[in-house]
Amino acid sequence: MRNRSFEKHYYLMLLPGLIWLVLINIVPMSGIVMAFQDFNPGAGIWKSEWIGLENFEYMFVLSDSKTVLFNTIYIAVLKIIGNLIVPLVFALMLNELRMQIVKRWVQTIVYLPHFLSWVILSGILLDVFAFKGPVNSLLGAFGIEPVLFFARADLFPYIIVGSDVWKEFGFNTIIYLAALTSINPALYEAAAIDGATRMKRLWHVTLPGITTTIVLLAVLSLGNVLNAGFDQIFNLYNPLVYSTGDIIDTWVYRSGLLNLQFSLATAMGLLKSVVSFVLIVVSYLLASKFANYRIF
Amino acid sequence: MVKEQSYVSKLFDIALLVVLIVIALVCVMPIWYTLAVSLSDKAAAAAGSVRLWPVGFNWNSYQTIMTDSKFFNSFGISLQRVVLGSVINFAVTVLLAYPLSKSVRDFRLRNVFMWLLVFCMLFNGGLIPWYMVMKNYGLMDTIWALVLAGGVQVFHVILVVNFFRNLPKELEEAALVDGAGPWYMLVRLFVPLAVPVLATITLFSIVYHWNEFFHGLVLMSSAEKYPLQTYIQQLVVVIDTTSMTEDEYKKLSELSNQTLNAAKIFIAMIPVLVIYPFLQRFFIHGITLGSVKE
Repeated sequence: MRNRSFEKHYYLMLLPGLIWLVLINIVPMSGIVMAFQDFNPGAGIWKSEWIGLENFEYMFVLSDSKTVLFNTIYIAVLKIIGNLIVPLVFALMLNELRMQIVKRWVQTIVYLPHFLSWVILSGILLDVFAFKGPVNSLLGAFGIEPVLFFARADLFPYIIVGSDVWKEFGFNTIIYLAALTSINPALYEAAAIDGATRMKRLWHVTLPGITTTIVLLAVLSLGNVLNAGFDQIFNLYNPLVYSTGDIIDTWVYRSGLLNLQFSLATAMGLLKSVVSFVLIVVSYLLASKFANYRIF
Repeated sequence: MVKEQSYVSKLFDIALLVVLIVIALVCVMPIWYTLAVSLSDKAAAAAGSVRLWPVGFNWNSYQTIMTDSKFFNSFGISLQRVVLGSVINFAVTVLLAYPLSKSVRDFRLRNVFMWLLVFCMLFNGGLIPWYMVMKNYGLMDTIWALVLAGGVQVFHVILVVNFFRNLPKELEEAALVDGAGPWYMLVRLFVPLAVPVLATITLFSIVYHWNEFFHGLVLMSSAEKYPLQTYIQQLVVVIDTTSMTEDEYKKLSELSNQTLNAAKIFIAMIPVLVIYPFLQRFFIHGITLGSVKE
């Protein structure tokens, strides 16, 4: 009824963002056709030969891609579990702390690593875990021989998961803390009057109060099953740990941009995009059905 | 809250305090260690004798950096990128968010555009097609590649849309009665009211543009066009070769100039450390916006 004349201004407002979106986000989607071609940069997208699903068939016989797929899921799932549980435990501990000043200081400090890039943190971690670094000298105090950490394929996935949890747990705590403040204080008082100890209050009041949040975060993290963290692994890995540390994204980078196998790399990237997309949509549907979660 | 003064409870409190302080220390220790190395004697750092305090305190690394034109060149590129990137992100995000915060009654195609944005957030063509397209646009080796290559930050748009929608409807109706048009309404009414969320997304995009290294690596063909993070990445990351033995890896990692690299890493952290207090004021608010709606 009222301001139909406003609509043309709305289109005008959307214009710059839409142009940007089309050029950077949408146009590259057309490049997906390379996954079904034997792409030749000289011939371009229009003249390269169509080979159907051959790239995908080849991908599944390559032993490389099985390793890469396994590593991706293994590291990503461990990260999901770590990033759900560690922040939860930490938030519960902070919640029990009665000294407000210490609480605020601890919070301020643990959020910090989230805002530093993996380039910076890799530089720091490579130093801290170096052969003659502080971690090895600490281990030396317990009589353990120095370890060349980043050359050990057997340790690499756990260093990756551990350092990711270290970087993100503080930030991930925020959402739990927000949920904790929404628990009605009267419940704690009632429980205390009934003679519940602190552990019992934690178990019977606090945890049930944030179960929805925990389940919601668990469901939403489903979309990350193929997301093992490119920036982190790219900056920390080396050929010695490819067997356990090479993931889809790093493999796509090397085979596509360094070895110029464009079609194969596009096919692998497409597989990841499609599976992730399906997982995210499923997780959103579940979250909206069971927890009334809406992104907008 | 009910106070409990039992012996066990007191002991529990003290243990909790100690554990939390240890965890906080584990978070800052690596950063502190980097600062200590950067201020240490080169030989002492190479021998691995630096622990918590600088050994053989000196400013040599920082003095060397002061004369390093490559470092400052990259620093400048990063600053330029941060300024251009955040301004463009701010403008585009606000302009997208305002129409999308309207109801379907006021803006008939609202949902179509909204779902288009969400689709672009959740799906992408992958690295290789993106790279090919960026190459075709002729953006390689320009500052615009660094500013634009990330695309629209859809998540920021959603945060602002949600904020706009939660503002009281009466304000807008009053402005309408007074004859305000959409542009006036956006600039004079909505933007001033949305300062908390706009500050959040601006700080997020400053951090994003400062920290991003990959676009610099693949879209810039020569080292003098690298932003700071890419420059540092080239310094600290062991060169990617197809095969390598454990000994070679060890030698390569010991070759690097530890104190100088530590100083460069520390300087690259400073901008984030400077805006961190402001960030902290806003980001908690910003994140919890996107959660469960009643």
